[in-house]
Amino acid sequence: MIKTIIRENAYYDSVTLMLISREMKKLEGVEEVLAGMGTDLNLDLVKMLDMFLPELEKVTPNDLFIAAKFDESKVSMDDLLASFEAQLNSKKEAHAGQYQPPTLRSALKLMPDARLAQISIPGQYAADEAENALRKGLHVMLFSDNVALEDELRLKKLAVEKGLLMMGPDCGTAIINGVPLCFANAVRRGRIGLVGASGTGTQEITVRIHQLGEGLSQVIGTGGRDLKEEIGGLMMIQGIQALLADPETEVIVLVSKPPAPSVEKKIYGLLAGAEKPVVIDFIGGQAESVKKAGAIPCLSLEDAARKAVAVLREEEPVDFDGFDLPPEEIDRLVREALARLKPDQKYLRAFYTGGTLADEAIKYLGAEHLIYSNIPLTPDRAWDKLEGRAGHICLDLGEDQFTRGRPHPMIDPMTRTEFFDAWLDQSTALVLVDVVLGYGSHEDPASAVAESIEKARRKLQASGRDLAVVASITGTDQDPQDLEKSKKVLEEAGVLVMPSNAQAVRLADRIMKAAGI
Amino acid sequence: MSVNDLFKQELKVINLGLESFYDDLTRQGVPAIQVQWKPAAGGDQKMASLLGRLKSSK
Repeated sequence: MIKTIIRENAYYDSVTLMLISREMKKLEGVEEVLAGMGTDLNLDLVKMLDMFLPELEKVTPNDLFIAAKFDESKVSMDDLLASFEAQLNSKKEAHAGQYQPPTLRSALKLMPDARLAQISIPGQYAADEAENALRKGLHVMLFSDNVALEDELRLKKLAVEKGLLMMGPDCGTAIINGVPLCFANAVRRGRIGLVGASGTGTQEITVRIHQLGEGLSQVIGTGGRDLKEEIGGLMMIQGIQALLADPETEVIVLVSKPPAPSVEKKIYGLLAGAEKPVVIDFIGGQAESVKKAGAIPCLSLEDAARKAVAVLREEEPVDFDGFDLPPEEIDRLVREALARLKPDQKYLRAFYTGGTLADEAIKYLGAEHLIYSNIPLTPDRAWDKLEGRAGHICLDLGEDQFTRGRPHPMIDPMTRTEFFDAWLDQSTALVLVDVVLGYGSHEDPASAVAESIEKARRKLQASGRDLAVVASITGTDQDPQDLEKSKKVLEEAGVLVMPSNAQAVRLADRIMKAAGI
Repeated sequence: MSVNDLFKQELKVINLGLESFYDDLTRQGVPAIQVQWKPAAGGDQKMASLLGRLKSSK
């Protein structure tokens, strides 16, 4: 049976609704259910799931709907509604007694000394609210994506004119005055400042700096498009200027995909007179030009962290492309991995939740292996060109194509769990994953990975097979998730946990070469 | 207020959108307010954009 309930003028955020939908789906007899606002995207999803009923024609993005397909002998629409209400009420109870004003203006009346607006509303409304915030003198952290490039330019020009930060759109990570915003890890405060156009890239560097015993003064996010020609690096430049002038910052780190040439030139121009050392990871490119500009180029995100810490301690920043463990220990890990495999187990299955971490993996492994991906090095390596699954894959599961109508895999492991279930089979040799902790992330991503690996192992046992699994954890001992427990859970599931994404990727490369795959 | 002034002051945040981000802030003791945001004009984008223009011309 297919049924729909509509509630006019009831607004809930998308993550809340997606998580509630997932819980409702667990009820016995429910085949499919979607609770969502009546946006075109959600209605398309309902159509795709074959649950579209005529009454949905009239819903607006301000109306809530629940569409469900279920076995009426086992469950009813009332049961689904009761489950929906119960989950919503438990959320409401958590916020009991807190007044939530309806607009930014009324919020500012309650908190006139607010400094920053953190915005994660649907993209089509986000630019207006961000402009509103900037005009009221607030710095902005704009997490929302699907904001037009021309809106981004307009907002950033306005921010520069007013001396404000306009972090984003699509900015996942920042740490201002020690406060992690959106997806950021809990790191100690210190003397290294960072401006990042790459969310999980920024997370990885800040985590490694923390683990090396140093800390961060400020971490400014720019959003992924800032260094494109059209935006001209407006926020990267604003961020660098602020860190250069900040007495708490002694070393500056920049992280981004390679910038447009004109933007790169502007950045180098700004650094020419800089009195502070600058470490740059333009992932996968431009080492020579970075050097020429008087800055320090890097081999990986981890290398950026190590070099920043070295120059802060007035040590020589040396390239790090090895392992923390001694060579004989790495050899042992490779042998241990090989011992698990049969000769016809041939393929790498790398499933990433962090985009920059996936990018780093593909750039490194892709240099010597043929890796298919949804963010391929070359168009002929697009993962839909892989025939019969006969090849290595490395996927960024946070990309739009995998997150339609569901939360990002860092928030909810479901997407990756489904990939594990579907792809780990008798031909799989090696699994490579990231586990990203910190604010914004799922409460226990390590257990989700461990459960999937154990499930795959049980499935393969029948044919006397096993898997090699390599992971890294982007997390600190101060994150809300338990770092030590996360590591233990993975190790107990037979996962080789490496100290950084770069080292995990290198170990994967060593295993692949030793296995001749 | 310039970016460097922001660095010197206590961070107080107004959150519009995902409540989990607001929860993360309050959990850390960061002063924050959650806006009960809804799309303007009942999600009618043409009307919302018209309203937006009226507001910004004020």
